[in-house]
Amino acid sequence: MSKEEPILLTPKLSPTEKGAQFFFLACAIVALGQMFLITVFLLAEAGGLLATVSLPEFLFSKEWYPTYRPPEFGALALILGSVAVTICSSLIAAPVGLALAVYLSCLAGRRVRELAKPAVELMAGIPSVVLGFIGLVVVAPFLQETLDLPTGLNVLNASVILAVMAIPSIASLGEDALTAVPRDVQDASYALGATRWETIFKVTVPAATSGLSTAVILGLGRALGETLVVLMVAGGAAQIPTSIFDSVRPLTATLAAEMGETAIGSAHYHALFALGVVLFVLTMAFNLLAYWLGRRWRRG
Amino acid sequence: MFLTGFALKDRQTREALALWAIRLLGGSFLLVMAALVLYLAVQGAGAISWEFLTQFPRDSMTAGGIWPAIVGTFGLAVGSMVVSIPLGFGAAIYLAEYARPGPLLTAVRLGVNNLAGVPSVVFGLFGLAIFVTFFGFGRSLLSGCLTLGILTLPTVTAAAEESLRQTPASFREAALALGANRWQAIRQVVLPAALPGMLTGAILALGRAAGETAPIIFTASAALTLDEPESIFSEVMALPTHIFNLATNGAHIEATRPQQFGTCLTLVALVLGLSLFALILRARLRKGRKW
Repeated sequence: MSKEEPILLTPKLSPTEKGAQFFFLACAIVALGQMFLITVFLLAEAGGLLATVSLPEFLFSKEWYPTYRPPEFGALALILGSVAVTICSSLIAAPVGLALAVYLSCLAGRRVRELAKPAVELMAGIPSVVLGFIGLVVVAPFLQETLDLPTGLNVLNASVILAVMAIPSIASLGEDALTAVPRDVQDASYALGATRWETIFKVTVPAATSGLSTAVILGLGRALGETLVVLMVAGGAAQIPTSIFDSVRPLTATLAAEMGETAIGSAHYHALFALGVVLFVLTMAFNLLAYWLGRRWRRG
Repeated sequence: MFLTGFALKDRQTREALALWAIRLLGGSFLLVMAALVLYLAVQGAGAISWEFLTQFPRDSMTAGGIWPAIVGTFGLAVGSMVVSIPLGFGAAIYLAEYARPGPLLTAVRLGVNNLAGVPSVVFGLFGLAIFVTFFGFGRSLLSGCLTLGILTLPTVTAAAEESLRQTPASFREAALALGANRWQAIRQVVLPAALPGMLTGAILALGRAAGETAPIIFTASAALTLDEPESIFSEVMALPTHIFNLATNGAHIEATRPQQFGTCLTLVALVLGLSLFALILRARLRKGRKW
């Protein structure tokens, strides 16, 4: 809609007009209210835990034994499990995703691009449970046999599968950012005698930094919040990982695995909601970072 | 002379190496994806038959089919759209057509953007706390649809708003100039032009809802039901949770492998089919658009 106020020749609003406006406003408020409700319900249910454990103990103890008597609710190992798989998957997903974005937008021929771009978008939609299943029946036995490990369900496996999940979205968003770089900027670079690679690396990619970093951050946020993959292939051991061959139990996996067997209103139930709050805060930080990066680079 | 020649050659080598490294990385991932889909198709095709798609599971799930899971997933996906389409389209119309820049607009936009990044398992927790427990709907189709509905709401809203904003301002101005009020202009001019784009976004969200697992594990899904769901308060089976249950629980993990692959293939075909449909629709739309 244009920024100027449209000149209305009918100053008095008819009842339908008013009703319509009111209805759409209500929809927008419900959409906003949901964000509010989610926050309130999560915090309210998580708050019950404070009767059992103090906040520092919850965040910094690594003992997660929710079914022992007395139970112990230390989330550190779970948080570090999430951090470990997110970082390891980003080490694979960021370079490959960005390379694919550069390939699609700058190198691939017209025909390849027209086929590959929608194919990548489709791949971004493969349900995570299917990728987790592949990790379980293909990647895990492969890792176990070739590397002679006690189990193939570990940080490495989860990171590989999470990367496969994140790469299409990083590539797709990154390609959009690269394609949005004005053509004349690149032409100017060629006119100065730069080669293709020099133009891509020194002109196009820097010009698209804002969009590319947002793409990577959003991809990472997805990996952090992904549940089924880590539930199926990360191994499920609540320990602080010391190598990529250790099993871990990320926050999301803990939630999905334990919520079904918990009595509503018990300390364990509240502890799981507290894990949800931690997850919520972490992903919110990722979102804000992506938003901030996007704005910062646009201004520069 | 010698030095420039050497530098030039060096530059060319670096150029070629760098470009091939990018091609190799990008291309190998495309191959991995293709191999993955092919693997699923080959492994799954053996399990899929008419009986597999239309029968209930039998003999501790080692035989029979996945009919109730198909019905459940269909119900959950369509039901979630019943929640998110009216709300999302309404919110989008407000954002694109009525809202003036100000705190409310910023708040709604930030809220919608943030919701889009919240992990699906957190939506599951929320659904459990509010729909299952607080409203007392229990673990049911209704709770699942509501949870998936608010999960897909940000996607639906963002796509609809985008489509509305792409409709040229001159359309609205022409309608207003002819004496239409704002609602008439929206209903008779803007919406017909923007609706296909809005629906494309909704179809993509439908595919996502069908493939989601974490939010329905504790709001809707049952490991096995012996009948089709009787009402919206029944627990339902669903394709994603069926895969998860068969592959990770129980004594027959190896024996049900064919069922697992078959269910995976069914789910992937369903989700990719929906997305493909949406992408084709979008491409057609862009080509046929006259503005």
